[in-house]
Amino acid sequence: MKLRKLVALSAGLLLLLIPMVALAGGGAEEEREEEGLEIVTWWTAGGEAEALSALIDLYREQYPDVQVMNSTVAGGGGSQARGVLASRMVGGNPPDTFQVHGGAGIIGTWVVDDFMEPVTHILEDNDWMDVFPQDVIDILSYEGEIYSIPVNIHRSNVMWYNMAIFEENDLNPPETLDEFFEVAEVLQDRGITPLALGGTDGWEPTHLLESVLLAELGADGYRGLWNGNTAWDGDDVKAALGTFVDMLDYINADQSAITNIDAAEYVAEGEAAMTVMGDWVHGFYLAIGLTPGEDYGWIPTPGTGGNFIMLTDTFGLPKDAPNPNNVEKWLTVVASREGQDTFNPIKGSISARTDADRDKYDVYLLSAMDDFERDSIVPSVAHGAAAEVGWMSRLNDAMTFIVEDKDIEAAAAEMQSLADQYAR
Amino acid sequence: MIRSKREIRKAVLLVAPSIVLVGVFVYGFILWSLRTSVSAWEGIRPDYTFVGLQNYINLFRSTRFQIDLWNTAYFTLFFIVLCISLGFLLAFLINRNVRGEDIFRTIYLFPMALSFIVTGVVWRWMLNPTFGVNVILANLGLPSDWGWYTDPTRIAGFHVALTALILAAAWQFAGYTMAIFLAGLRGIPSEVVESARIDGASEIYIVRKVIVPMLKPITLSAVIVLGHISLKIFDLVMAMTGRGPRFATDFPGVFMFETTFTGNRYGEGAAISIVMLIMVAVVVVPYLYYSFKRED
Repeated sequence: MKLRKLVALSAGLLLLLIPMVALAGGGAEEEREEEGLEIVTWWTAGGEAEALSALIDLYREQYPDVQVMNSTVAGGGGSQARGVLASRMVGGNPPDTFQVHGGAGIIGTWVVDDFMEPVTHILEDNDWMDVFPQDVIDILSYEGEIYSIPVNIHRSNVMWYNMAIFEENDLNPPETLDEFFEVAEVLQDRGITPLALGGTDGWEPTHLLESVLLAELGADGYRGLWNGNTAWDGDDVKAALGTFVDMLDYINADQSAITNIDAAEYVAEGEAAMTVMGDWVHGFYLAIGLTPGEDYGWIPTPGTGGNFIMLTDTFGLPKDAPNPNNVEKWLTVVASREGQDTFNPIKGSISARTDADRDKYDVYLLSAMDDFERDSIVPSVAHGAAAEVGWMSRLNDAMTFIVEDKDIEAAAAEMQSLADQYAR
Repeated sequence: MIRSKREIRKAVLLVAPSIVLVGVFVYGFILWSLRTSVSAWEGIRPDYTFVGLQNYINLFRSTRFQIDLWNTAYFTLFFIVLCISLGFLLAFLINRNVRGEDIFRTIYLFPMALSFIVTGVVWRWMLNPTFGVNVILANLGLPSDWGWYTDPTRIAGFHVALTALILAAAWQFAGYTMAIFLAGLRGIPSEVVESARIDGASEIYIVRKVIVPMLKPITLSAVIVLGHISLKIFDLVMAMTGRGPRFATDFPGVFMFETTFTGNRYGEGAAISIVMLIMVAVVVVPYLYYSFKRED
């Protein structure tokens, strides 16, 4: 009878679902003894993915018995990966290790809620505490323990400029904010967009603001923004917001429609003269065939010379990771001089260590390394090193308003109320 | 109608799996979202501390959400009006036994086969202020300084930037309404139209007084389908414009996604999704009620 078949079929389908659900939830229990190492990242683009696989190859050379599983979750600049990660961690099925922005990005999200094991001993046991700058250790630490190992360092406060435009107009790249406005005025008069700024992803104005805040407040004042020592509604921050608003007079008209890479491309093509963006722009320029020091130049964002806004990708050890010993080996490889020098030249970032093999890095990266050794290092907020993601996302919203409204008082008040809620 | 107990048992068995699945995965999760929306959950670890309506109060106080609601209202209005009028026009023209009807029908229906992501990417390039259709307009000597989705201008709460999204969405769904109206037009008995014609009614009069009234139920279903699409709009916006200048092209769906999954503010994110659910329910539930009542 037909009906009976249908009943049997639907009952069968339901029965099929049950083991599927069980499998999805309980995969961890079936893991065998310390054979594997699962690494979750969101590195899918060319250089990033290559850099990771080079690092994994290095690990395999040293530990050939470990089955490395490279779980890349594509999409959304990491937001997809973070979604997958959140459900796995909360569901009690953590991966062995995962990519996470160092600093508040990992501390606010994972450490405070007690999802992570401290990994300070990996640096201590290998006598590596001194090869990582103290500023970096401070940014990565929470209550005296380090919770993740940085695999790279990117710099946020870099101004990229089109060298041809500066030569033709007989201008020098601006080192101070005053010089910036002088140069911008000249360029504007000659019909060249002085500053390219993006906005599609919501964080680009915040990226520019963090440089301006640093320029106006200095390193200590800037650090104080994130622990409550510097008032957001004080005169210094208002001055910085005023400078930011003044800069908006010199940007491209389609700010909200372009990404940070589009903005960099405007500079490459000579449609704009300068852009403030992290040093992945260098990797982008190399990829489209430009020559550093000929086609494009770079200096610290005006007013931030001597300071280095850093962001970093790190790996940590989740509580209840299935293979903690393999993770410790992985973190040791990541932190090693060889590991750093394998990963970073490919990724287009610098080593988090101060003893990197300089022969492996190109001209821009060498200049960044020199600054990294000398400068005061402060965390980036636009990239999750200075503030936890809740604060960051609401700061981005406030920035979206100020770009159009140009209302400094309202922005300062809103930012102060965010700091009241989040600073610690 | 008399049914045997055996038959009833079978019927229950048959629908039980879907009732269980829908119960858990739709209604169960709605209740879960509801619970989250009145909780203090921020960060990764679930925190169901009851905070009453605090998340909703914060939400309705936030300028961004107010903009989102306005945007939703305007977008829904213009999107539906444009789809219905364009769809009706296309269906009406095609229904006049034009040559190559099949080809036109297919062409107009094709955009429906795309996902909103594809539509969004295509229209994002086309309406880019620096190298999109503005270039064509400039070559034709027409005004070409349109900002499209980068235009922050507001007129009575309506963001001009929304026009770009409305155009793209209507482009995709006008074909769908055309198909619905075409089916409706074909369903109108030719006797009715012909007798009106014999009575001396003009073509325009026939459209106004005969065809349009007879298409009312179909128009209603089209409005419902389009309405719930536009109230939940997300993928098109993400692919095409993002939040836009001063949130000119921001919608509750985008706000929900960013709040929950990039900001880890689960309580507030759930509150946004509940508000969206209520908005859709306001549109859909009366319609379902109405159509069930008619079936009885």
